[in-house]
Amino acid sequence: MNRSLLSAATCALLLGVSPLCAQTTLQNKNSLNPAISLILNGRYFHNDVSTDAYRLDGFLANPDAGLGSQGLSLGESELTMSANVDPRFFAQTTLSFDGDPEAAGAGVEEAFVQTLGLGSGLNVKMGRFFSAMGYLNEQHAHAWDFSDAPLVYRALFGNQLQVDGLQVSALLPTDRFMQLGVEASSGSHFPASGVNNGVGAWSLFYNIGDDWGLSHSWQLGLNYWQADSVMDRQSVGLQSDLLFSGKSRIGSLDFVYKWAPNGNPINQNFKLQFEYFDRHEEGNLQVMQAASDYRGEQRGWYLEGLYQWNPQWTVGVRYDRLSSDNRGSNGALLAREAIVSQQQPQRYSLMLSWAGSEFSHIRMQYNRDDSYQQGDNQLFLHYIVSVGSHGAHQY
Amino acid sequence: MKYQSSLSVVLLGFFLSVPLATAEVRVFACEPEWGALSRELGGSEVTVVNATVAEQDPHHIQARPSLIAKIRRADLLVCTGAELEVGWLPLLLRKSANGAIQPGQVGHFMAAEQVELLGKPALIDRQLGDVHAAGNPHIQFDPHRLEQVARALTARLIEIDASHKAEYTARLQHFLSSWQKAVSAWESRAELLRGKTMVVQHKSWVYLSSWLGLKVVAALEPKPGIPPSGAHLAKVLSLVKKDKPDFIVHAGYQSEQASRWLAAKIDRPILSVPFSPAEDESLMAWYERVLGLFLAVAK
Repeated sequence: MNRSLLSAATCALLLGVSPLCAQTTLQNKNSLNPAISLILNGRYFHNDVSTDAYRLDGFLANPDAGLGSQGLSLGESELTMSANVDPRFFAQTTLSFDGDPEAAGAGVEEAFVQTLGLGSGLNVKMGRFFSAMGYLNEQHAHAWDFSDAPLVYRALFGNQLQVDGLQVSALLPTDRFMQLGVEASSGSHFPASGVNNGVGAWSLFYNIGDDWGLSHSWQLGLNYWQADSVMDRQSVGLQSDLLFSGKSRIGSLDFVYKWAPNGNPINQNFKLQFEYFDRHEEGNLQVMQAASDYRGEQRGWYLEGLYQWNPQWTVGVRYDRLSSDNRGSNGALLAREAIVSQQQPQRYSLMLSWAGSEFSHIRMQYNRDDSYQQGDNQLFLHYIVSVGSHGAHQY
Repeated sequence: MKYQSSLSVVLLGFFLSVPLATAEVRVFACEPEWGALSRELGGSEVTVVNATVAEQDPHHIQARPSLIAKIRRADLLVCTGAELEVGWLPLLLRKSANGAIQPGQVGHFMAAEQVELLGKPALIDRQLGDVHAAGNPHIQFDPHRLEQVARALTARLIEIDASHKAEYTARLQHFLSSWQKAVSAWESRAELLRGKTMVVQHKSWVYLSSWLGLKVVAALEPKPGIPPSGAHLAKVLSLVKKDKPDFIVHAGYQSEQASRWLAAKIDRPILSVPFSPAEDESLMAWYERVLGLFLAVAK
């Protein structure tokens, strides 16, 4: 209201330049409506080993982390609604519908409110959202370049780290992009666990990025995550369920480099992406009636490269690697449940993707997965389409 | 704790690096044409950064870290609007942590909202490609609409920086008088283009063709935003084989492959037209350059 009164007044003051005053009425009234978009995807998955046998020895992984179902299956569909609430707030919610009949129902993947600038580069985000911990973590799975998560994401987070809580970030007033932030969460999502009367987990993130000339750009991120009182966090051991209680810390580094001739990515572009995570845990493990104190050291990284050589075709390669060094007082127990393992999981992936337009993608991916005892050959055929409002893509 | 000390170093850096406030209005222009217009109208009262260059397709820009750093410090956003930047600007705005330039604020200026748009689709369906519901956003090739945008932008600059009202007003008058003179000169020189026909790559020439009386006979993209396919190109060829167009036109940022294919078949000149001015080029110099390209091959 004030806005249009003000501009009308300015119009009146501004000499005889009247035609503009008739024109300034805002035309994009429909931006008042929430932007709604629907992501549909489905896949065909074939591999050599039973998906139930899938496990990552040496990692206390999230029980939900696995290969997904074999054969034809409906992937997760997502419905996202977002809009500016008023000049101060933006809100977004994403509901996901699992195609798996056993897990049928809608889940709240995201539901957050974010400020639109509090001054001094500060922003606050509240609700449920994907943590800024890690480059890929902040993106929705459908925006990923491969059909499955990097092994290290699967091992440490169960694919993705969600936050129920608060994020405060500051965009520093520097010529070069620098962002600093802190997150506090209830600590109920893996790799934290339990009920906390307050902050159960917190994290820090720092991102820096810039261009090198017109054609090159990059971003580097450093992250730290900590949960001090993890209670009875469940993982799947070789023979029984494991419960971890104690302290968990993760440090990580991510780096992304992009190239596009003259900074125009539509016809041709290249991306190089690297992430490294390091987890330390101290506490104790409970397995049935047995127990052990426990010190876990686990590391993992992946490197991927993507080349889009014309507007429709992209090829990508990825290499994943994990290693662990876990100790505990009850060595027999840790060995029996394959928590102490010489296994150094690794995986090679090759991907080819075709885009019908910005809104439809068909992808073929092959993995040679040496992340557990037997080597596995995995093949994905995957489609991803989006309808509704035009989504904006993260860097 | 190591983490705590590094945190305090970063925080200290944050407070030390707050730059001294400048009196100038900092303009973030999504496309170079709006950067050029802002420089023209804002003069020494503004500093301008362009988010893109003429070699980049403004539909498909990545929300790069450098753009987030630039938009954070802007007082005024000058963009095309009408969904041209829908794939990246909303994300930049959300990441900008800058309340002054959000939609509805005085620092949020969309050129396409200041004029009547052509090509408003009767049907919004993506079967028709990447259609812009508000109408065709590529208004920069209509000098009369540019004039309307200039007036509105001056009003907006005055709203933001009232203390320099006299300067803005004088600069607008100066711009308009030289612009109008140039436009009538261009119009008389371009008389011989009237009725000339062209095949275009993307439907982004409606304003230029309606201004100069050019006729678009076919588009190389089967649907806006869908890359030219072999089958569609064959269809275009059969359409224009007999009645050959005068030019084949594409924007400087588009791949020339499809144009070259057609040009080889029908032996007609390709015009690779700069869709925006160069980094520090004035609007007038850019219009001269564009018109010069057409006149050079028109007989």
